[in-house]
Amino acid sequence: MNAVIEDSNIVVETHDLTRKFGKFVAVDKLNIAVKRGEIFGFLGANGAGKTTAIRMLCGLLEPTSGTGTVAGFDIVKQAERIKSRIGYMSQKFSLYNDLKVEENLEFYGGVYGLDSRALKQHIHETLERMNLQHVRTKMTAELPLGWKQKLALGAALMHNPDIIFLDEATGGVDPVARRDFWDMIHDLAAHGKTIFVTTHYMDEAEYCHKISIMHQSRVLIQGKVGDLKVQTGMKTVEELFKHVVTQGDSA
Amino acid sequence: MRLRAIILKEFLHIFRDSRTLFLVLLMPVFMIFLYGWAVNLDAKNIQIAVADLDQSPASRYFIDKFAQSKYFQVTQYVTQPDEFEDLFRRYEVRAGITVPADFGKSIGNEFATSVQLIVDGYDGNTAQTVLNYARAIVAQYNTELLPQGFEAPIEVIPRFLYNPSLESGNFIVPGLAAVILMMISALLTSVSIVREKETGTLEQILVTPVHVIETIVGKVIPYVFLAFMDGMLTIGIGVLVFDVQFEGAAWVLLTNTLVYLYSALALGLLISTLASTQQAAMATALMLTLLPSIMLSGFMFPIAGMPLILQVITRLIPATYFLEIIRGVLLKGTGYAELYHNTLILFGIGTLFLLLAIRKFKVRLG
Amino acid sequence: MSTSSPMIAANDIKKTYKDTDALRGINLSVSRGEIFGLIGPDGAGKTSLMRILCCLMSFDGGTATVAGFDVEKQSGEIKKRLGYMPQRFSLYPDLSVGENIRFFASLFGVERDAYQTRFAELMQFSKLEPFINRRAAALSGGMKQKLALSCTLIHTPEILILDEPTTGVDPISRFEFWEMLRKLARQGVTILVSTPYMDEADKCDRVALIHKGNILAVGTPSEITQEFKHSVLEIEGANLFDLRRDAETLPSVVEVHLYGDRMHIVTSDIFRCQGELQAKLGISLESVRKVAPSIEDTFISLLK
Repeated sequence: MNAVIEDSNIVVETHDLTRKFGKFVAVDKLNIAVKRGEIFGFLGANGAGKTTAIRMLCGLLEPTSGTGTVAGFDIVKQAERIKSRIGYMSQKFSLYNDLKVEENLEFYGGVYGLDSRALKQHIHETLERMNLQHVRTKMTAELPLGWKQKLALGAALMHNPDIIFLDEATGGVDPVARRDFWDMIHDLAAHGKTIFVTTHYMDEAEYCHKISIMHQSRVLIQGKVGDLKVQTGMKTVEELFKHVVTQGDSA
Repeated sequence: MRLRAIILKEFLHIFRDSRTLFLVLLMPVFMIFLYGWAVNLDAKNIQIAVADLDQSPASRYFIDKFAQSKYFQVTQYVTQPDEFEDLFRRYEVRAGITVPADFGKSIGNEFATSVQLIVDGYDGNTAQTVLNYARAIVAQYNTELLPQGFEAPIEVIPRFLYNPSLESGNFIVPGLAAVILMMISALLTSVSIVREKETGTLEQILVTPVHVIETIVGKVIPYVFLAFMDGMLTIGIGVLVFDVQFEGAAWVLLTNTLVYLYSALALGLLISTLASTQQAAMATALMLTLLPSIMLSGFMFPIAGMPLILQVITRLIPATYFLEIIRGVLLKGTGYAELYHNTLILFGIGTLFLLLAIRKFKVRLG
Repeated sequence: MSTSSPMIAANDIKKTYKDTDALRGINLSVSRGEIFGLIGPDGAGKTSLMRILCCLMSFDGGTATVAGFDVEKQSGEIKKRLGYMPQRFSLYPDLSVGENIRFFASLFGVERDAYQTRFAELMQFSKLEPFINRRAAALSGGMKQKLALSCTLIHTPEILILDEPTTGVDPISRFEFWEMLRKLARQGVTILVSTPYMDEADKCDRVALIHKGNILAVGTPSEITQEFKHSVLEIEGANLFDLRRDAETLPSVVEVHLYGDRMHIVTSDIFRCQGELQAKLGISLESVRKVAPSIEDTFISLLK
């Protein structure tokens, strides 16, 4: 759909993206490049600058300096167009508990401007894909956590976005539901969707192709999970994170 | 389509939460009954004493006018006016009427005469009421006496002009309606945005292509319906239960009520975009609506009697304008021609609040 | 394990809510100075069990003792010796670090002298000393958890029950938090801690995997992973998605999971699987390596 993307295959790209709040620099010269079909993990503790960075990418916050494109659109000038190309899912906060399962899907389809025929069809497909047909008319509050998470993902996919932002998507879910969830994510990635994972749970990061570790407003290290582990001699992303951050602090 | 999605969702929230819905519809009913009955300014069956020094058919007819009215009850007949004081002291009567010895003769010869009314002034409110009732009865008697074509020397009391029966419901109920509708409408919308801020769903909505105006308007519309039902309930009870007069046209009142509700709901939304918690939003909404609407709208205290600075403030309060509208329509039968000024101001206030809310909301997260 | 009587003992504990069985006969025993982990997803029954052991909740069957005292009859004795940190431990955000701790000290009736020594100890232990006058609201997530733990420790309890203390805490703070628990255990404090993170099992002396009110397995982390009856092979590479489909069709393969550029193949027979991978999918022996099963692998296999 967009020539620039087809060329480079890069769907999220930033150059020296910076955001200050008064004197405080929340994000300092962020440079990232995420390819189509990649699961990209954006890791960092609370307050590291992750949320600020994501908000800039989603067009919710204007950068102080630097540039960036998401799905081929400029994050400053074309923020509104970006919004229709991205899906956003956070396990805890996406759904209305007092609405029924299908009503949540209807709402999110509706706010993305689907007409009633497309809406009907997408709801049907989503319920089918997420295996939630039998709870269609159930109140969302009554669903087990793992199902809510699938529903939230379904809602984020209603408008067929190119990029999906997952914000701490699978904390606290039982391991079986969690593996099912990540299977779905890998499936989406294999079909050309780009997955942008932000988390401070390092076990979620194990599912990513590439990671970027952010600490005190800066990216400390970035690359393929396997490569980084070999480079640092660490076995898990958790150890890797600890290693990198402690080094960053002492430097 | 996107606007429809927001409106639909907001309606679902309203109907899912049946307890709140019930409360929202019951609260105005409860309040209007509570205040309508408790704050009833009408004194009825006020006990009075009479010293009829004339004892003529004319004087007896005159005294009967008092005895027949539902406001007075003649319980004591005395021979001398100086006995009144003793009765006052024992709280047996609140007022005494002295009919002079030449009453019948003067009336018969079409001479002017005077009747003395002594009122126990220890309870100022009641005293004033007694005085007003007595004046009304005398005025009525005067018109009866005067031949056709003569202008009756009725003393004009402006406050009572459009309320000849002197029912205080006519004052209380329109004022209550203004206060209740303001408060409930502002409360309804005051939590609507901050609630989503608290649960986190607001951020989810912000990343969608929905425009701020769609979000805000989508949130107002469902509550307009709800508040409008409250409005009809309040006014309906006022007219049906408290016998409030309804001189004007229903649709004049209903359209103006809609505009008033719009200003109140917009105020609530503005509060909601500024507040950080639901509790703070509700407290702010209450503070900004309840007391000003009661004290400064002309409901309880006449605006003309306020110091200048307060008079200026009253002009910033939507209830002031609505009170003029609702009293006008109900008691005077005024129409759009006389009211459009107030309607426009209310619409302006509402739009100002709404624009401020949109502006405040639009500022990207930071 | 020590031969002395256990500090925490649960015997066939059952708890039923309206229509669900929250706990279906839980047995466990924790000895002095041990860190015992309750590991399971949200809704497994961890919180219910902890509340019962803290004498906060009635139960429908079984018996339990804490520090040798009966949970139902001697709650007063237990409460003196117990520190409990609930899942959403509520500090007072408008009070400072010092004021929060002082408040909990007064709740437990800690005497003035004892309090002052203990307070100094805890400040050093939790590294909160520079923040004594900071309001709790202004602390980071990790520091809040440390403050919460300090409040729980102010009356020098023998037993600590911590409900998901590391949920939502960043990795560095999590690491420091576990270090603190390790120190406490060395001082002889008995710790029962719950977590939804499978990878935190390694930090405990012994763990119980808990799911839907049942204990699936109890033991040291290595004992638990020995329960895993299959082997795990790892293949690294790009575009594994299609390969994964093919791998799933191999007869010796139980299941396949993707982790970014890595693929885990669970197999009942390593040699047969390696052969099949080479013969049918053209994957050389060198690119396949055996990895140790994780607690999560074990958990999932126990559920099946």
